[in-house]
Amino acid sequence: MLRYLIKKLYIYILTFFFAVTIDWLIPRFMPGDPILVLVSRFSGLPESAKVMYGYLIKAFGLDLPLWKQYLNFWMAIFKGDLGISIYLYPKPVLSVIAQAIPYTLVVLLPSILLSWIVGNYIGAAAARHRSLDSSMLPVFYIITSIPYMWLGILLAWAFGVLLGIFPIAGAYSFSMRPNWSWQFVADFLKHWILPFLSLFIVQIGGWAIGMRNLIIYELEANYSRYLEALGASEGLIRRYAFKNAILPQITGLALQLGTIVAGSIATEVVFAYPGMGYILLQGILNQDYFLVQGVFLFIIIGVLLANFLVDILYMIVDPRIRLGLGGENV
Amino acid sequence: MKEFMYFAFKNTKFKIGLSILLFFLILATIGPYLSHYKDPLEYVSMSNLPPNKDNWLGTTTFGQDVFTQFVYGLRSTFFIGLFGGGLATIIGLLIGFIAGYKGGWIDEILMMLTNILIVIPTLALLIIIAAYLPYRGIGIQSVIIGLTAWPWTARAVRAQTLSLKSREFVNLAKITALPPLKIVLEEIAPNMMSYVVMVFILQFAGAILAAVGLDFIGLGPTRGISLGLMLQYSVLWNAIQLGIWWWFIPPGLAITMIVSSLYFLNIGLDEIFNPRLREE
Repeated sequence: MLRYLIKKLYIYILTFFFAVTIDWLIPRFMPGDPILVLVSRFSGLPESAKVMYGYLIKAFGLDLPLWKQYLNFWMAIFKGDLGISIYLYPKPVLSVIAQAIPYTLVVLLPSILLSWIVGNYIGAAAARHRSLDSSMLPVFYIITSIPYMWLGILLAWAFGVLLGIFPIAGAYSFSMRPNWSWQFVADFLKHWILPFLSLFIVQIGGWAIGMRNLIIYELEANYSRYLEALGASEGLIRRYAFKNAILPQITGLALQLGTIVAGSIATEVVFAYPGMGYILLQGILNQDYFLVQGVFLFIIIGVLLANFLVDILYMIVDPRIRLGLGGENV
Repeated sequence: MKEFMYFAFKNTKFKIGLSILLFFLILATIGPYLSHYKDPLEYVSMSNLPPNKDNWLGTTTFGQDVFTQFVYGLRSTFFIGLFGGGLATIIGLLIGFIAGYKGGWIDEILMMLTNILIVIPTLALLIIIAAYLPYRGIGIQSVIIGLTAWPWTARAVRAQTLSLKSREFVNLAKITALPPLKIVLEEIAPNMMSYVVMVFILQFAGAILAAVGLDFIGLGPTRGISLGLMLQYSVLWNAIQLGIWWWFIPPGLAITMIVSSLYFLNIGLDEIFNPRLREE
C-alpha cells in the first residue's frame, strides 16, 4: 500500500518538475520576443517603451545566464513570488490568483462530485433496463458532445435573457459586498446556479456512458454467470457488478480532471464569473504573461493535488491495493 | 470489405453518424460557393439583422454575414479535426507500438512521459504554448493540439500491442527472422486496423472540442474565422444579452452535431468490427 503511494508520488513530483520547466521554457524559447510584443503597446511613447523593456528584461531575469534563470525561477516559486500582474498593476499575481480560486472551486467541486454520482447512478440504471438504454444512450452521447461554453451560452440566454430568472454575469450583484448575510448568500447562489448547471450537465453524459458500458461488461463476466448459475438474486449480482465497475470510474475521475478544468475556464468566461478562467482570459487578452504563467502553475498544482486525492480514495476503495495484493494500477 | 459494407449499412448508429457527418462535410465544401459573400469578415450589411432572404443566418453586430462565417468556420473545424486528430493518432500509435513492442527501458521511459502528459491538463499546455505565439493559424493550432493529445492513445495502443505480441503468429514471424519493423507493420498493425480507425475518430472529435476551447478563451487563429471564434465574438459583443441568437446557436449546434455524429460512428464501427456487440 505504501509502495503504491510512493510510486504515485514519484510520478507527481516528476510531473510538477516537468510542468514548471515548461512554464519556464516556453516564454524563453518561443519564436519571437514576448517582451517586444509586450512593449509594442507603448510604441507611441518610445521613452517609456525603453524603460518598460529594461524593467521587463530585469523582471524576467533575462540578462542572467540560462542556468541561473532556471534556478531563480524555482526559488521564486517556492517563495510564492509569481511576479506582478501587468493587467492589474501593481497587484502581485499570487494575490490575484488567491482571490479567484474560491470562485472556481465553489463551482467546480460540487459540479464534479454531483455529476459523478448522478452520472454513475443513471448509467447503472440504463444498463439495467434495455428499453431505457436504447433511448438514453444517444442522449448521453449528445450531452457529452456539447462544448461547455455553448451550453453555458444557451442557459444564459434561456434563463437569463428570455425568462429573466437568473443573472448572467459576475458572482454577486454590483450593489453588494461579500458578507455572510442571508441576502448576500441568496444573491450569490442565484449567480452560481447557471455556471454550475452548465458544468454539471455536460459531465453527466460521460460518466453515464462509462458506467453503463462497465456494468454491461461486468454482468457478462464469469463471476456474474457463476452467481447466476448458483441462483443468486439479480440484485446481488448487480451489486457486485457495481462494486467492480466503480473502480475504473474513480480512475476516470482523475483522467477527466484536465478536461473538466478546461470546461470550467470556458464556462467562467461565458458568465464573467471571477474565477481562474476569467482571470486567465483577461491575462491572455491583455498579454499579461506573468498572470498566464501563474494560472498555468496553479491549474497544474490543483490537478496534481486532485489526482493524489483520487489515488488515496482508490486505495481505500480497492481492497487489493489496501491489503497490498497488487491491483491493476500498480 | 464486402462483409464490412453489409454490416455497416445494417447498423443504424453508423448510418446516422455518417449522414450527419457527410451533411456538414458537404456544407463545408460547397457552402462558400452558395453564400452571396466571399469574405467571412467583410462588413456586408446592416448590423444585427435576424435571418432573412439575403443573410440566411442573419448578421453580426458588425454586419458580417453569419452564414458565410459559419461555412468557413466549418472548414476550419474539419481541418483541425483531420490534422490535429490525425497527428495525435500517429504520435500515439508510434509511441504505443514502440513502447509495447520493445519493452524494457524504452517502454519505461516512454510510459513515464505518457503518464506525465496525461496528468497535465492538455488545455493548460495549449494555453501556455498558444499564448506566446504572436501569429497563429489553424495549421499551427492543429499541430499544438496534435502534440498534446496523444498520450491516452499511446497507452491504449501499448496495451493492445502487448496482448498481440505474445500471440502465436507473431512468434512464428520472429522465428522466421522477420525484422521488427516488418513484424509491427505486417503482423501486428493489420490486427489493430479497426482499433486505429476508432482511435482516429475519437481524436478527431477531441481535436475539434480542444480547438473550440482555445478559440473561445482568445487563443484561436489570429486570422480567418472558426466556429470557436464565432462563439467568442458573440459572447464578447454581448450577443447573449441582446438576444442575437442566430450568432451563437449555429456554431455551437454544428459542433455538438459533428462531435456526436463522430461518437455514433464510433460505436457503430465498434459493433461492425466486433461481432459480439452486434444487435440481434
